Amino acid sequence: MNNSILVVVLASAVLYGTPLLFAALGELLAERSGVLNLGVEGMMLVGAVMGFWAVQRTSSLALALVVAAIAGGAMALIHAFLVVTLRANQIVSGLALTIFAGAAGLSSYLGNDLNLADQPAKRIFHSVLPKSLRDLPVIGPILFNQSLLVYGSWVVVIVVVLYLRRTRPGLNVRAVGESPAAADAMGINVTVYRYVHTVVGGALAGIGGACFSLSITPQWVDGLTSGAGWIAIALVIFAFWRPGLVLIGAYFFGAFSALPYTLQAHGVTIAPELLQSLPYVMTVLALVLVSSAGAKRRLGAPAALGLPYVREER
Amino acid sequence: MIRIERRLEQPGWLNVAVPVGSLVLAFGLSALVLVATGHDPLQTFRRLIHAAFGGQAQLTETVVSATPLAFTGLCAAVAFRMQLFNIGGEGQLYMGAIAAAAAALLLHSLPMAIVIAAMVLAGAAGGGLYALVPGFLRAFLKTNEIITSLMLNYAAALILNYLIFDSQSYWRDTTTAEAKVFPQGKMLPDSAAWPSWTLHGLGLPLGFLLAIGLAATLWFLFSRTRFGFEVKVIGDSPRAATYAGMRTRRKILAVMALSGAVAGVGGASQDGDFRHLLDPRGLQQASYGYAGIVIAALARYNPFAVVLIAFLLGGVQNAGFTLQGADFPSGLVGVMQGLILFSALGCELLVRYRIRLASRARRPVPEAAT
Repeated sequence: MNNSILVVVLASAVLYGTPLLFAALGELLAERSGVLNLGVEGMMLVGAVMGFWAVQRTSSLALALVVAAIAGGAMALIHAFLVVTLRANQIVSGLALTIFAGAAGLSSYLGNDLNLADQPAKRIFHSVLPKSLRDLPVIGPILFNQSLLVYGSWVVVIVVVLYLRRTRPGLNVRAVGESPAAADAMGINVTVYRYVHTVVGGALAGIGGACFSLSITPQWVDGLTSGAGWIAIALVIFAFWRPGLVLIGAYFFGAFSALPYTLQAHGVTIAPELLQSLPYVMTVLALVLVSSAGAKRRLGAPAALGLPYVREER
Repeated sequence: MIRIERRLEQPGWLNVAVPVGSLVLAFGLSALVLVATGHDPLQTFRRLIHAAFGGQAQLTETVVSATPLAFTGLCAAVAFRMQLFNIGGEGQLYMGAIAAAAAALLLHSLPMAIVIAAMVLAGAAGGGLYALVPGFLRAFLKTNEIITSLMLNYAAALILNYLIFDSQSYWRDTTTAEAKVFPQGKMLPDSAAWPSWTLHGLGLPLGFLLAIGLAATLWFLFSRTRFGFEVKVIGDSPRAATYAGMRTRRKILAVMALSGAVAGVGGASQDGDFRHLLDPRGLQQASYGYAGIVIAALARYNPFAVVLIAFLLGGVQNAGFTLQGADFPSGLVGVMQGLILFSALGCELLVRYRIRLASRARRPVPEAAT
């Protein structure tokens, strides 16, 4: 029963959804503070390559995650400097970050320069729970045969929900995203809030990237994430900027990303390109669905998303 | 104390100073990246400039690399000017290449001029129609065109792979036993080989001249016609445009189609000028679409500047291919492109704002208002 195709697909939906979940939560934090960061793909790739480098050097998975988070955060810092301090166009700056860090940029440069290609990861994230739990019918493989990354991502969801809903800084960041002028008048430092949330968002994207290089496909190849960063950005829109819905959406898209591999393993002979295009096509369809429904009622997008805040010009 | 003030007028010399300053700054930052990873920046740059612009052979190769970049740069410039962020130039170029290859294979027995014209038209149609998908969604459903156009890039790449590697399509060569093991596209007929000219030893392919012609046409369209004026107004202030009775939806569709068509012609030029078959790997290895965005931003959306900067960045890309190896890591070209775009964005601040260095004490203290 645990080998039935549905269970396998659902279990790998959780596996493939986890990097999307981390990255989308990070993007959600940045967007809630009013900073749109389209560089998620680049931040994920740099996180993936640096996390992989760290595990090859130190054989420590914990250290690898820290390095991945720092790398992702550092990339986000460039974006924050450009859009918060220099008031640059957020869309173009995010694209610049994707080009700078992305599949043909810094991540490839580092992978090449540190000689990371063509070697298996020294250590990878394994499932941690006892075998008796993992062998439970249906929920065993889906929920209990997972690595610490998956359980860690659930903790992050809860932390983000509580942070935004139940804490003072959480309330402040929502104010900054909705109306920076009002927040400024309340004595909230808009610049600091935007910097911090953009950088933390980048760190989460870096960890999301490391999910690929340390768990899903434990190796380094250029462009490892193949568009996951962009799906994560779409996911935030799809989830109406709510962390709980991001969790559901991530597994939904995770299922489509996993489908080509699981179906191939089960001997289904459809053209692989057709299946591989599913996550991209589904992303477009999901956005269409949300935008047609959302045109009627307000979507939940932070009102100041994408706009620079200039005190003198409010 | 540094103060940032909004400029009331934008002096003309900034149009030159900002791109030049951005390039200088970007080279400086790239040098930092090189030093940080243990490379000698001066040596690397010297080799890069030699490989890109060092002689007639190198310059000819640079024009080859610059040709698709001029098309994708124009593609981005057309759409970005209206604040319509079409980043699907990559996919639209693929679709143009597919359509143009089909036209060439279908019409193989006709005279060359007709075949070439058909390839250009087919390429424009392929790219334009593909760009209309995100355009239509944006115009009628307000769907974010950035993500949809980007997702369609991945889909177009998969279509390209499917046509050559995983099907018995019309584009695939299935005549020989070897072609069945190592899949590749059908050779295009001789009548589909675009001519090229030599000027003082510098090779100029038809595609590059076409890009220059397109740049002139687009410049005319955007600065001398009502259409171009309306596009600018919609880009600067969609509300004002609506109050003035401009048809925003139609403009979105027209601009997206135009933008995609330009990239599509770039795909046709890839078939006709350089590859002479539908070549999925070759088309995908250079990420022309992203580079086009860098070029458009650095050119500040001016079509003529796009061609000029495409030539410069084409040189960098050409050098990247030539030099790729141990002391010239593969991602360096992307790193430099990203840094150029960052620098352009940072310097853009100087266009919109003036930076004043003034000590607080010396500033005249305003009289108390009350």
